[in-house]
Amino acid sequence: MGCGSSTTTVDYSLKKSERAMKAAILIQRWYRRYTAHLEVRRRCTWTIFQSIEYSGEQDQIKVRTLQKMELKGMMFEKEINEEMELEKYYDFENIHLSEGYKGPHLCFPLTASHAAALVEAFRHKQHLHARYVLQLLLETWKLLKLMPNINRVSTCYNKEITVCGDLKICPSWHNGLPSVEKPYIFNGDYVDRGKDSIEILMILFAFLLVYPNQVHLNRGNHEDYIVNLRYGFTKEVMQKYKVHGKKILRLLQIVFSWLPLATIIDQKILIIHGGISRSTDLDVIATIDRHKYVSAVKQPKRRKTTRQGQRQPGECCCGINRNDSSPVPSTYRSGSDSRPLNSISKGVRLSVDKELERCRKQVGLSDDTRVSLLLSESDTEQYEASELENAEWKQVVDILWSDPVNQEGCIPNVVRGGGCYFGPDVTKEVLEKHNFQLLIRSHECKQDGYEFCHNRKVLTIFSASNYYEEGSNRGAYVRMGPDLIPHFVQYQSSKTTRKLTMRQRVSRVERSAIRDLREQLFAHRCDLLRAFEQCDKTKKGKISLNDWANTVESVMQLGLPWRILRSQLVPNTTDGHIDYQAWFEHLAIEQPIKETPQSSSLLETLYRNRSNLETIFRLIDSDSSGLISFEEFRQTWKLLSSHLNTEISDQAISDLARSIDFNKDGNIDINEFMEAFRLVDRNPS
Amino acid sequence: MAEEREIAEAMISEIHKKITDAFDVFDHEYNKTVDVREIGTIIRSLGCCPSEGELHDILAEIEDEEPTGYINFDRFLPTMTKVLMERRYRPIPEDVLLQAFEVLDQEKKGYLMPEQLTKFMSEEGEPFTQEEMEEMLSAAVDPDKNVILYKDYVTMMAVEAP
Repeated sequence: MGCGSSTTTVDYSLKKSERAMKAAILIQRWYRRYTAHLEVRRRCTWTIFQSIEYSGEQDQIKVRTLQKMELKGMMFEKEINEEMELEKYYDFENIHLSEGYKGPHLCFPLTASHAAALVEAFRHKQHLHARYVLQLLLETWKLLKLMPNINRVSTCYNKEITVCGDLKICPSWHNGLPSVEKPYIFNGDYVDRGKDSIEILMILFAFLLVYPNQVHLNRGNHEDYIVNLRYGFTKEVMQKYKVHGKKILRLLQIVFSWLPLATIIDQKILIIHGGISRSTDLDVIATIDRHKYVSAVKQPKRRKTTRQGQRQPGECCCGINRNDSSPVPSTYRSGSDSRPLNSISKGVRLSVDKELERCRKQVGLSDDTRVSLLLSESDTEQYEASELENAEWKQVVDILWSDPVNQEGCIPNVVRGGGCYFGPDVTKEVLEKHNFQLLIRSHECKQDGYEFCHNRKVLTIFSASNYYEEGSNRGAYVRMGPDLIPHFVQYQSSKTTRKLTMRQRVSRVERSAIRDLREQLFAHRCDLLRAFEQCDKTKKGKISLNDWANTVESVMQLGLPWRILRSQLVPNTTDGHIDYQAWFEHLAIEQPIKETPQSSSLLETLYRNRSNLETIFRLIDSDSSGLISFEEFRQTWKLLSSHLNTEISDQAISDLARSIDFNKDGNIDINEFMEAFRLVDRNPS
Repeated sequence: MAEEREIAEAMISEIHKKITDAFDVFDHEYNKTVDVREIGTIIRSLGCCPSEGELHDILAEIEDEEPTGYINFDRFLPTMTKVLMERRYRPIPEDVLLQAFEVLDQEKKGYLMPEQLTKFMSEEGEPFTQEEMEEMLSAAVDPDKNVILYKDYVTMMAVEAP
């Protein structure tokens, strides 16, 4: 029914078509406003996820400054150095398959059909026996040891090479399985986040063994046992492998440390997981003993250590000197306020040795050797790192953790806590120095699966679709032939998302982000309340929207557009003011235990530090049984509370323990505990 | 008198902050500039509902004499502040929107066929792109009856006031 072409009267028809046109414009105006609104929501959602994820990574590195973890890590390195012992130690020959094991069988040397069968088996959700896992890992280790730090690959046989980054979530292989005709480069981050990380690794390693010249694996920052403790891979392995889990994890750490650091195609394209810094020098990288750097998160000790191995105050483990109080230029961070370095980590700035002294006194360290091994300061065998080792370590960290930004220059990557932010000038310099034409990296999730920057000299490729939530992003991989022109394939793995409208997709992802954000806000309730009260001059329990936004940002420091998000977070406002007490109640979730004045600070500490808590639990659980004793539980809380400068009474801890149904005779199941405190949305929207 | 001025100043300050927040969401390089193609989205996200023509007028005011493809915050802020203070380009009330649909539905059926809406939106007024049309249809068309029940559609799409 277009413009009515009635010819009864000219006037009428004119009027009619004019009305139709006006109606059309009205609807178009309105619709465009609607989609703009949607677009902004989508961007905000994105920013929320990223802020929370990156600040989690930063937290991770902060917690690492606790010296006990360093000691544990050092013990581990010594074991690694005794390679000859390894095969005897892992002794997979004596692990017998249980009767009725229906999973896949592997025999070595692996063939292509074994590897393909493995892919099928996992597709059918089968489980690979620990014996085969260990065997596969051992063979992988033997192969990786022979490889240089930098793999050089060529397209001279007219082959197209496919590059994938950040697999994490099980790939569907619609590009085809790796083969002689189909070479692949996998750019790190194979684990954490998804539920099938170990399976992904098994498949990648299997193909590596079958096609060692066509499959190339770079190390990512998540191929690191410390990061795995935090982000879920350790938990996954323990859950799936229980008794053998610990062995598998230890062998994995060795295998990870032997993963090559970089791949170069045709001497023109550099592929690394994170990024570069001004000091990145491939010649240096080519010569280091990469397996010494079991975890990029743990810095080798500096030369000038005191008798007791105490570290100089102000330094933290990423080589970023946090005593430097010069603010990070605001242009590097989103949000209009510049965020000075020294406000980011108040806890870290306390001298670690002072902390530990207090902790030990408070906890009343017993003679229990297991605990004292973790917390002891004395160390008969100091590992003193040389200047050279520190320089090498920095090369590794930069490669695994850096991110490109649009500003020129090279500054420490404070959001991640390691590596750098590097600008287009750094890219130009480093690429020119080595005669490269392109840098391919991963490490950051991209909406469309890939993104160019720095004048198309840097390409980020991210292959895990729906990374944050169903519908959040597409994944992509890139294919290149001898012409080295990249061709991209994007995908979004879900049958249902195709049918969802953009509105539904945005809503779903947004709900997830808002939920995460609400959790964060709730975890900082006390600080927020204090700040609101300071702001509320009339003491009526209300503050203006403007003050609300400013206060929330000053407490949360997430650099988010709070005014835009406000309608999602605060349901009721009365003439431009928010009743903040009512708001906290609205934010509140179903709490598993009744909140009393004593327990409220404990609860808050719990929510805010849930990840850190879990990390510490798992470290304490040195036999990886998934259980810790009540005493260890109590000590963990004490340690955490003193490290964070909050008061948590013994009574509160006992109440907490009693209120949860611990059915394992004096032991606490870590998983049960963490599950019990997963926040439940009282008002599912 | 002073109090009134204080209130006015506070209101302007609040408006400035709102504009800054919205601008920052699109300021990818953190240098207080945005791509000119995002200006429409930013303005609309601040609660305004201009037509494409009105957008062009605003752009003419804020773009540099030699357009660079980027808009500077310094030029955006004063213009946008005025727009908000004068409450220009107010959103369309639901009932007016409904009337617009009814104009298109000449036979007063209470619904529109997808082809009808497509023809209108792609040929009349400030025409939709194919992408816009597809997006609108994907949400507007009732999957069972394959028609657009515009009354329900309008209700469903109600946007919260910022």
